[in-house]
Amino acid sequence: MPKDSGIGAASKRREDVRFLTGKGKYTDDINLAGQAYVHFLRSDVAHAKIVSVDTSAAAAMPGVVRIFTGDDFSGVGGLPCGWQVTDRNGQPMQEPPHPVLAQGKVRHVGDPIAAVVAESAAQARTAAEAIEVTLDELPPQIDMAAALKDGAPKVHDELTSNLCYDWVFGSDDAAIDAAFSGAAHVTTLDLVNQRLAPNAMEPRVAVGDYNDAAGDSTLYTTSQNPHVIRLLMGAFVLGIPEHKLRVVAPDVGGGFGSKIFHYAEEAFCTFAAKELKRPVKWTASRSEAFMTDAQGRDHVTKIELALDADGKFLGVRTHTMANMGAYLSTFAPSVPTYLHGTLMAGNYTTPAIQVNVKAVFTNTVAVDAYRGAGRPEATYQLERVIDKAAREMGMDPVEIRRKNFITSFPYATPVAVEYDTGNYVATMDKLLEMIDREGFEARRAEAASRGKLRGLGINCYIEACGIAPSALVGQLGARAGLYESATVRVNATGGLVVMTGSHSHGQGHETSFAQVVADMIGIDENMVEIVHGDTANTPMGMGTYGSRSLAVGGSAMVRATEKIIAKAKKIAAHLLEAADTDIELKDGQFTVAGTDRSVAWGDVTLAAYVPHNYPITEIEPGLEETAFYDPNNFTYPAGAYACEVEVDPDTGKVEIKGFAAADDFGNIVNPMIVDGQVHGGIAQGIGQALLEDCRYDETGQILTGSYMDYAMPRADDLPFYQVDHSCQTPCTHNPLGVKGCGEAGAIGSPPAVVNAVVDALQRGGMSHVTHIDMPLTPSRVWAAMQG
Amino acid sequence: MYSFEFARPGSIDEAVKALKAEEAQALGGGQTLIPTLKQRLAAPSVLVSLSGIAEMQGVCVSDDNALCVGGATPHAVVAKEAAKSFPALAGMASRIGDPAVRNRGTVGGSLANNDPSACYPAAALGTGATIKTNAREIAADDYFQGMFATALDEGEIITEVRFPIPEKANYQKFVQPASRFALVGVFVAKYASGVRVAVTGASEDGVFRWTEAEEALSKDFSAKAVEGLKVSADGMISDLHGPAAYRAHLVGVLTGRAVNAAA
Repeated sequence: MPKDSGIGAASKRREDVRFLTGKGKYTDDINLAGQAYVHFLRSDVAHAKIVSVDTSAAAAMPGVVRIFTGDDFSGVGGLPCGWQVTDRNGQPMQEPPHPVLAQGKVRHVGDPIAAVVAESAAQARTAAEAIEVTLDELPPQIDMAAALKDGAPKVHDELTSNLCYDWVFGSDDAAIDAAFSGAAHVTTLDLVNQRLAPNAMEPRVAVGDYNDAAGDSTLYTTSQNPHVIRLLMGAFVLGIPEHKLRVVAPDVGGGFGSKIFHYAEEAFCTFAAKELKRPVKWTASRSEAFMTDAQGRDHVTKIELALDADGKFLGVRTHTMANMGAYLSTFAPSVPTYLHGTLMAGNYTTPAIQVNVKAVFTNTVAVDAYRGAGRPEATYQLERVIDKAAREMGMDPVEIRRKNFITSFPYATPVAVEYDTGNYVATMDKLLEMIDREGFEARRAEAASRGKLRGLGINCYIEACGIAPSALVGQLGARAGLYESATVRVNATGGLVVMTGSHSHGQGHETSFAQVVADMIGIDENMVEIVHGDTANTPMGMGTYGSRSLAVGGSAMVRATEKIIAKAKKIAAHLLEAADTDIELKDGQFTVAGTDRSVAWGDVTLAAYVPHNYPITEIEPGLEETAFYDPNNFTYPAGAYACEVEVDPDTGKVEIKGFAAADDFGNIVNPMIVDGQVHGGIAQGIGQALLEDCRYDETGQILTGSYMDYAMPRADDLPFYQVDHSCQTPCTHNPLGVKGCGEAGAIGSPPAVVNAVVDALQRGGMSHVTHIDMPLTPSRVWAAMQG
Repeated sequence: MYSFEFARPGSIDEAVKALKAEEAQALGGGQTLIPTLKQRLAAPSVLVSLSGIAEMQGVCVSDDNALCVGGATPHAVVAKEAAKSFPALAGMASRIGDPAVRNRGTVGGSLANNDPSACYPAAALGTGATIKTNAREIAADDYFQGMFATALDEGEIITEVRFPIPEKANYQKFVQPASRFALVGVFVAKYASGVRVAVTGASEDGVFRWTEAEEALSKDFSAKAVEGLKVSADGMISDLHGPAAYRAHLVGVLTGRAVNAAA
């Protein structure tokens, strides 16, 4: 029986009322008295030396308050990078400066050269057109392989080359060489995991404010982690101590990773507001989003899989070039390394795995975490090469996976992580139950009678979520801890407010977090309010990304609520004249065990704040507790996905006929929200597989700078999904037993689609088609078919 | 957007007069012009909206069996009003853009702009339509003069388009996945006098007639008749959505499909 409230109930998302009725309060809805507007003059070339910037004519234009250039920021820091990767020789990565406004050079189309603050946005834009910039163009570095060549012009003159780091991870050379030299079969696959533009529905916005009397700065911003922005911007860029800096991220219209990072525009608005002593606002246009929001993926990979004659995996070796873009975005170095290399074991017992990643600077927009972040890249190459190996060895793609599944837990992989629990057999069994594989041949034959080629793609995935144990990520180069925090404030009449360091930008935290706390106490969900997004009223938290909010933030909330319950029991024990160890809490009622003597939740909370009859010498009045939770491992959601497609052989057009996802997310708090997260993730994964492609020409111009050329998935591109999350192996190390579900769909789905298309073409007699790079546009599929 | 004056005349005469102003620009449904203005890629002194001119609105069938569409008629109206009299044209109009585009965009605006990937040029050329302006009548064969280029003079307004209703016709559109404009679109129309085939989206010269297919189909109106025909990839558009050879291939595929679907 599904529950109708608390943990496990499909409670309707309370936040949707305001989102769907236009009453959400987004950053762009914030308009402060005396506010000025900034327009950034951005480079229209990819790589050039700045010879001169003449702002004199522009400064005289109507409404102009002040024009800033890179020189104005010479006294402050640059945008910091939050993760330092150590290369194969033990040396730190090359880490170039990242000024708020360009200094000396521009390094990608969209790099800000000057910022015009004016009375209106239109005046700022008009004045920006009057700025005279003289640039001395330099050869742009767009292609990674070319950028790594000896003598290639450098994106950053102060570095030795365009190589950020050359990183090797996993098994040593001897082990990997032995695996390959002893193999009966080696399958090799070269592939591209193409660059994506994140495209949150809400473009980025920043409003800086300064209180001259108190000397306080406030930044309103579209962020997934306001405390992180406060720390990075305050400590590393502007030198403002945290007690003088408040960062507010109100309703945020989607992030997908792109709003984790600290951006120049945030620092600019905060800085300029203080300089000008008036609020300064920036609202990105969609065009600016395409040239400034950190982009995703962009890996070029060669993967080799060594197998014995029975199809057992002996070794995996990968070489990847990962594009960093022109600057290191906040967490960019971690994505191709610790979020990618650590997942190369997948769901399999491969004993030897070695991962090599060369991170490369190019004259393109910075690349950083985007839904899945490294894990989609790992899953895609592994699940594609397994499919190719199965075909080469004449094995069934499901059977070859089953043969190699990890079945005993905990399992320590050769790539540093230890899976605490899982059941890959169960999710594969569930998937097969969902997709009627036996009926596929009949469906294929029916499609063939209509002239269509039908194919079925199946794959597994695993991801590491709930990022992360602080001590572990510290060893791996993170310059931050990755705990989460919660304060639970119970009010006198029993309602309570949870102030969380997590941030909700579409995930439904206000609903699911309330379900957890209400369930623990046994009260109505509507008595719990979730507060997030403001450093002034939430404890220091690390924010939301990496499918961590419930696993880490939810666990902090559980710990704080446990403290509340422990104290409330002491108060109840006093009121009931019993020992607190005898007090049981159920359905909001404190009862002396084995008796009918009880006192209600509301009586206890009232006593806490009106302590007339109260153990005042033993415990303090009030009922408010804070907890910080630092996980002791990642969580490892995993599953099996299947996609069925039809390909039109005349045009190469792929139509998705069915999509099934069997996920193990551990325990589930709100199954409806989980369904929605998986649906959205699959939509993004299908978007990557079939449609999305962020492309630059050889001069560094963005060819896909608008929705005229960047193809986002739309409703009619997507099928009805079958999703299931009944296979549950609860996480063993967090109190909720949850694993996280936010990224799974985007991780598991691209290989399913590509496997299905290759299968369709193979079954259609095109045995020469072993791989097609994403996106599988009609023209690419058609070209592949032509051979 | 730069600032501009706005005029909304109630008659063709007033509109013609308003367009005589320096740097004046006619505004149809604004589906191309407004984004262009927002990007500050154009700076007209006055925008002359054609949406308030009653005589440029509506759909009817003339005595000589042509579908007459007022130049300022939105696509959605054509989709609805022509559904019975000219289903191929109505079907084409019903698949332009999305509902917002179809309720604002107009036939006159589309033809005046002559985007190489727009649908209406294929319908106009594929039917041998007559483009009526405030000054004259222009045959479709003379009207289209390359990408974004037409026979229209400065300040000339498309007041009506007359599409001769064929015995059978169909428009096949293979969409570019991002914009959903035609990557390639083919309009096939069968008349007593012969078959016309017009192709949009494919050529660097904009919409064109595929005369080889027309000749074959005029002899034998069947998909088989065009099966062996190939249009050359020379001069075809090549971009990230498809190389020239792919577009050339699609022309053949879509022509066959249009013949099969013609009704």
